[in-house]
Amino acid sequence: MAVKKFAIACYDDEAPLFDAVHKVRHSGYKLHDVYTPFPVHGLDQAMGLKETDLHVAGFIFGITGTSTALGFMSWIFTSDWPINYGGKPFFSLPAMIPITFELTVMFAAVGMVLTYCYLNQIMPGVKKHVFHPRQSDDLFVVVIEVTEGTDEAELMNFLNSTNPVETNVQIAEEGWWYGRFDKEEEYQKQLA
Amino acid sequence: MHLKYESFIREPLVDGNKTYKDVTADICRPIEQKPSKLWYFGLVVSLLFLGFGAFSVFWEVYWGIGVWGINHTIGWGWDITNFVWWVGIGHAGTLISAILLLFRQHWRTGVNRAAEAMTIFAVMCAGQFPIFHMGRVWDAMYVLPLPNTRGPLWPNFNSALLWDVFAISTYFTVSLLFWYSGLIPDFATIRDRAKTKLRKRLYGLASFGWTGTAKNWQRFEALSLVLAGLSTPLVLSVHTIVSFDFATSVIPGWHATIFPPYFVAGAIFSGFAMVNTLLILVRKIYHLEEYITMGHIEAMNKVIVLTGSIVGIAYLTELFMAWYSQVVYEQEAFKWRVLGPYWWSYWAMMTCNVVSPQFFWFKKLRRNIVFSFILSIVVNIGMWFERFVIIATTLYRDYIPSNWSYYSPTWPELGFYLGTFGLFFTCFLLFSKYFPVIAIAEIKFVLKTTGDKAHEDNLALEEKSLEEFIHIAEHAH
Repeated sequence: MAVKKFAIACYDDEAPLFDAVHKVRHSGYKLHDVYTPFPVHGLDQAMGLKETDLHVAGFIFGITGTSTALGFMSWIFTSDWPINYGGKPFFSLPAMIPITFELTVMFAAVGMVLTYCYLNQIMPGVKKHVFHPRQSDDLFVVVIEVTEGTDEAELMNFLNSTNPVETNVQIAEEGWWYGRFDKEEEYQKQLA
Repeated sequence: MHLKYESFIREPLVDGNKTYKDVTADICRPIEQKPSKLWYFGLVVSLLFLGFGAFSVFWEVYWGIGVWGINHTIGWGWDITNFVWWVGIGHAGTLISAILLLFRQHWRTGVNRAAEAMTIFAVMCAGQFPIFHMGRVWDAMYVLPLPNTRGPLWPNFNSALLWDVFAISTYFTVSLLFWYSGLIPDFATIRDRAKTKLRKRLYGLASFGWTGTAKNWQRFEALSLVLAGLSTPLVLSVHTIVSFDFATSVIPGWHATIFPPYFVAGAIFSGFAMVNTLLILVRKIYHLEEYITMGHIEAMNKVIVLTGSIVGIAYLTELFMAWYSQVVYEQEAFKWRVLGPYWWSYWAMMTCNVVSPQFFWFKKLRRNIVFSFILSIVVNIGMWFERFVIIATTLYRDYIPSNWSYYSPTWPELGFYLGTFGLFFTCFLLFSKYFPVIAIAEIKFVLKTTGDKAHEDNLALEEKSLEEFIHIAEHAH
C-alpha cells in the first residue's frame, strides 16, 4: 500500500499516445503506466517493457501434467494393481497417450491462467484505482508519477503540449487492495 | 500506426463507421437496458423445458435405467446419441476462438464470444448424458481415479470411455478458462460505465479488478496465444476420443479407422450450424447487424459446405470400405443401415447433411439470412440422425439374429433431451443479457484495420500512384 500523487493525460487515438509515450521516456519523467481499452501492439516496446515469460510457465505446467499422467498410470499398471487385459503388456504406452495429452493441456491451461492472475494481480474482490472511467472505453491514459523532485506545473505544461483530450492530477493508491468498486467515493474521501 | 494493410476487396468486418465509443455503447446496450418481453418469454419457456428435463431425470434415477427404451441389444440409445450430438455442437466455439486465432482470421472477433459461450453450455448439456446413463449416478465419481477402500481399485486407463472422461473435462475446463480470460477486460468496461451501485459491484467482482495496463495486455495476448495453441490440438482430440468410444470396439460399423476425422468434421459442421442459428437470432434481437455482418454468416456457411461435404465423403467411404473389405458382417451392417427397418434415419441423415449444405455453393443462398437460418437447423437435425444411425442402427442387429431388436425412446428419454435444450437456452439467454455477446476489446483491436473507415482510406490509397503510395506508407507512423 502506497498512496502517491499522479498526473494523467488522456488521448483519444493511438497516434498521439505513441508520441506522448515517446516524449515522456525522453523527458525523464517517471512513467507509472499506460492504460488502454484494448491491446495496442508496439506499446510495450515503446514503453521499454520486456517480453512476458508467461509461456514459460505454461511449458513448465504442461510437462508437469505429462509426467503426472505418465507416472501415475505407469505406477498403477506395473506396480500398484497390475491387471491382465487380454494378455497385453502391463505397461502399454499407446493406451496412455490420450490421457497424458489431456492432462498436459489441462495442467498447462489451469497453471497458466493462475500464473496470469497472479502476475497481473487480478482476482475476484481485488480493487485497483481507475484513473479515468473511459480508460476501458475509448481513452488511452498515460499516468506519470509526481515525485518530490517533480515540478508539477512544468509537468502539466509538458503533458498539455502532447495533444491530450484531458489532463489532471490525482492522489491514488498505486497497488491493489481487497475492496469494492461501488465504494469508490468512500476510498476517495479517505485519501482526501 | 497499423502496418497491416488490408485490401479493399475484403468486406469490412465492422459496418457503420464506428468509433471506439460506439463499439462500447452498442455492445453494452443489451446489458444496460431492461430485457425485452421476448427475452422473458424465452427464459420462461427454457425454464419449463429445464424443469421437465429435471423431472425426467429424477424419474430415471428413482426407478432405474429400465424406464428408458434401451434394451439388451441396444445398450446405447438416445442418451449417447444426444451426448455425441451436444459435444459435436460444442466444437465450433473453440475452433473459432483457437484455430481461427492461429490462422489470423480476423472475422472471428465478431462471433467468438457467443460461440465460446455456446461451446461451454453445449458441453454442460453433453456431460449429463453419460453421467445419468450410468444408472447408479451416485457412484459417478468413480470414473475419476479417486482413492477408495477397495485396494484402491483404479479405473481402467486403457478404456476409451475413460479417455472420454478426461477429454471432456479438460475440454470444458480449458474452454471455460479461455472464455473467461477474454471476458475479464470486457467486464471491466461494463464496470467502468456502470451507473448503478449493484452493477458496479457485481461487474467489479467479475472483472477481477482489471485495469488494462500495458503489461496486463501484453500478458493477455501471450495467454490467448498459448491457450489457442493448446486448444487447437485439444479440440481435435476431443471428438477423436469420442469416436474412439466406437472405433476401438469390434462392432461391425464402428470398427473403422475413418472415425476420428469423420467425427471431427461432423462436429465442426454441426457446431458452425448451431453458431449460425444462435447468431442470426442474436444479431436480430440485439441489433448487432453491424458487428455480425453478412460476411460473418457467409464465412460460416462456407465452413458448413466444406465440412458437410467431408462428412458426405466419409459416409460414402464407409459404404465403399464395407464392400471392399469383403467382411460379411461389415457388409450386412451397412446393408441394414441403409435399407433395414431404420432406413428412414439413414436417409434423413443423408438428405440433411450431404444434400442440403450443397446449396451453399451459391453465393446468393450463402448470403440469404432466412435460408441460412433454416439450413442451420436442418444441418443439426441431420447431425442428430447421424449419431442415431451410428449408435442405434449399428447395435440393433448384432452377431446373433435371435438378439435382433428394435428401439424407440420412452418419455423420460425424450424429456431428458428436451431438458438439455432448456438448460442450454436458459444459460444462453442469461449470457446474452448479462455478458457482452461480442468481444468488445477484440473488436476495437481490429476496428482500425478492418472497419468501414479503414476501407474508405484504403480505397483512396489504391487510387494513388506508386510513388505517392510508398511515401504515405513510409510516413504512416
